[in-house]
Amino acid sequence: MKKPVIKSIPYEEFKDNETLEALIEEINKERTNVVVGALDDLINWGRSNSLWSLTFATSCCGIEFMSVGAARYDFARFGFEVTRNSPRQADLIMVAGTITHKMAPVLKRLYDQMADPKYVVAVGGCAISGGPFKSSYHVLNGVDKIIPVDVYIPGCPPRPEAILYGMMQLQRKVKVEKFFGGVNRQQKKGDAVDNTPLVITNVPQEITDKEQ
Amino acid sequence: MNITFIALDEFRTQMEALRGKGFDFLREMVGMDWGDEGLGAIYLLENSATGENIQVATRTTDREHPSISTVSDIWHIANIYEREVFDFFGIIFKGHPYLHRLFLRNDWVGYPLRKDYDESEAVNPVRMFSESNEKDFYHTVEDDGSIKENPDNLFEDNEYVINIGPQHPATHGVLRFRLSLEGEFINKVDVHCGYIHRGVEKISEKLTYPQILGLTDRLDYLSAHQNRHALCMCVEKAMGIEVTDRTQYIRTIMDELQRIDSHLLFISCAAMDLGALTAFIYGFRDREKLLDILEEVTGGRLIQNYNVIGGVQADITPGFASKVKEFCKYILGKLQEYNDVFTNNIITRKRMVGVGILSREEAISYGCTGGTGRASGWACDVRKRHPYALYDKVDFKEIIYRNGDCFDRFLVRIDEIVESVRIIEQLIDNIPEGDYKVKTKPVIRIPEGSYHAAVEGSRGEFGVFIESRGEKSPYRIKFRPMGLPLIASMNTLLKGCKIADLMAIGATLDYVIPDIDR
Repeated sequence: MKKPVIKSIPYEEFKDNETLEALIEEINKERTNVVVGALDDLINWGRSNSLWSLTFATSCCGIEFMSVGAARYDFARFGFEVTRNSPRQADLIMVAGTITHKMAPVLKRLYDQMADPKYVVAVGGCAISGGPFKSSYHVLNGVDKIIPVDVYIPGCPPRPEAILYGMMQLQRKVKVEKFFGGVNRQQKKGDAVDNTPLVITNVPQEITDKEQ
Repeated sequence: MNITFIALDEFRTQMEALRGKGFDFLREMVGMDWGDEGLGAIYLLENSATGENIQVATRTTDREHPSISTVSDIWHIANIYEREVFDFFGIIFKGHPYLHRLFLRNDWVGYPLRKDYDESEAVNPVRMFSESNEKDFYHTVEDDGSIKENPDNLFEDNEYVINIGPQHPATHGVLRFRLSLEGEFINKVDVHCGYIHRGVEKISEKLTYPQILGLTDRLDYLSAHQNRHALCMCVEKAMGIEVTDRTQYIRTIMDELQRIDSHLLFISCAAMDLGALTAFIYGFRDREKLLDILEEVTGGRLIQNYNVIGGVQADITPGFASKVKEFCKYILGKLQEYNDVFTNNIITRKRMVGVGILSREEAISYGCTGGTGRASGWACDVRKRHPYALYDKVDFKEIIYRNGDCFDRFLVRIDEIVESVRIIEQLIDNIPEGDYKVKTKPVIRIPEGSYHAAVEGSRGEFGVFIESRGEKSPYRIKFRPMGLPLIASMNTLLKGCKIADLMAIGATLDYVIPDIDR
């Protein structure tokens, strides 16, 4: 497996190369034969250039997402232009906007409905940590509490350039995946739930009692 | 602002009398927790014929089972406002047909805007299971004063109910509808809000006034300037701060630029919802040109954080006037292009003309301000009704159409762009010299009392109500959502329409969900 290269931007200019390099090293530990490796490269090349996102926007960041899709910024240049309205057909979910308590189970459900391999991009301060509404009683402080996040794009809202950069980072991440001879992207059971003490999946008895 | 208190037992008759006197527009309804003095609500009423305003309130000291008579049959909009007050304060409205939480989940514990609400995570953790409709209750008051929970009775068992949203591209965000269908025709619709309820009003009670300014931009992000203008104006009014002429000019121009921005986005999105992707690309192309100008002055594209108490954040840049003038000329030419490609298209007309008609009386009763109200023939422009900034000095026409259908709602916005350009052209060459900001104290304390200010946002009247106790932060702050009346009227609009018309009606109502949910 080689370093992930994006044509228009030199490799050194990207931030956080260390994570990817560690990932590559891990994959390269178990050697693969030439044919299988070449097949992997081919698949990754195809997948990284046709990332289909779910149209999922809850607030302000969604408008910037629309701007990225429109004439000036035009993310069709990178192969992201196909947005899907059904989670079943989407490769990635762009969490653009605040996630509230009421929305959290819906988001989790959408994520669960997506087919593997799937990615999550947290766009904007709200999706990353709750942003300006962190102290609210009804706002989830970061989507990584309920679903695993691949790329974080900070900003309130992030500029279109930032969204494009974030998407390129995701492309690089997609480029260092392995499908044959050992899979490096396998979700373990309960992965998302384990490191999240905040989440409860079953209705606690006290709450149901109080209701009635 | 003077508020007249009405005793609880006379409340209903007094309100009926006020309606009889011609107060047909319920501008705002503000739930309040006065502490020891009780729980209640303030009603801001306006006579749409004379423009007369009156503020009345009522309250009850019973905190266990607070109840007030409903006015939902007098003003249609009160139906949804009362649900909001019930959601936040737990006040039961006697005689309300469907008193049910509006924003929060039905298994939420407590009423968040009460002063004694327990915000701890243990009481209301993030619930990762779906909300069940079976557990939906609506509340009524029995004759002996006790409160009864009745099972959800909105839909009959034999009705065919489908769910749209919250994740759906045509809902412009995260709004959820439950539609009862008769074949392809819509019988009844239940609008389900709260998927982006961020509790802005509660957070604000802990922040200082300059800090709250940051949150207003994020309510309706397409009226960021106007929202912030309203709050700044309200605080300035309360503190007696006079802003300079230069500030007034800059604010008025910025408000109008923001309106053009919002309407361009409206045209693009309405076109996209109806399947015309070309118009979407056109609209965004021109919007980017406007955003360049805004960005140069304010530093932000969508959320600009420009107005501050006493003025604006930074002075306009030297090239501002010429760029704005250039843009004004440009956009007027491009409107013709939209009309050619979209407005005059036969498909557009077939889908919009005569669809989703809202009569003038209904628009007033539902409080549908902005383009929706004006398309129904109601002269509801705050810039004309309660002039602020420089709107009484400039010459512009209030766009009014009569039919109240989707097509009129669409045309109102196109014509408003032309009027906004006219306003800007009158002001841009005459910006006076002077300070762009007056010095204010570092800590802003508003004198005790109630204050209200309203501006014309991009999609209706945006109001700010502040109740101050002389502290650094407000005792209660309430933002009038522009979109809530619009979605409240959806039940009337959609009745008898086909399911495909939902897209056209939703698109032309032009609501922004974070503004509805706050």
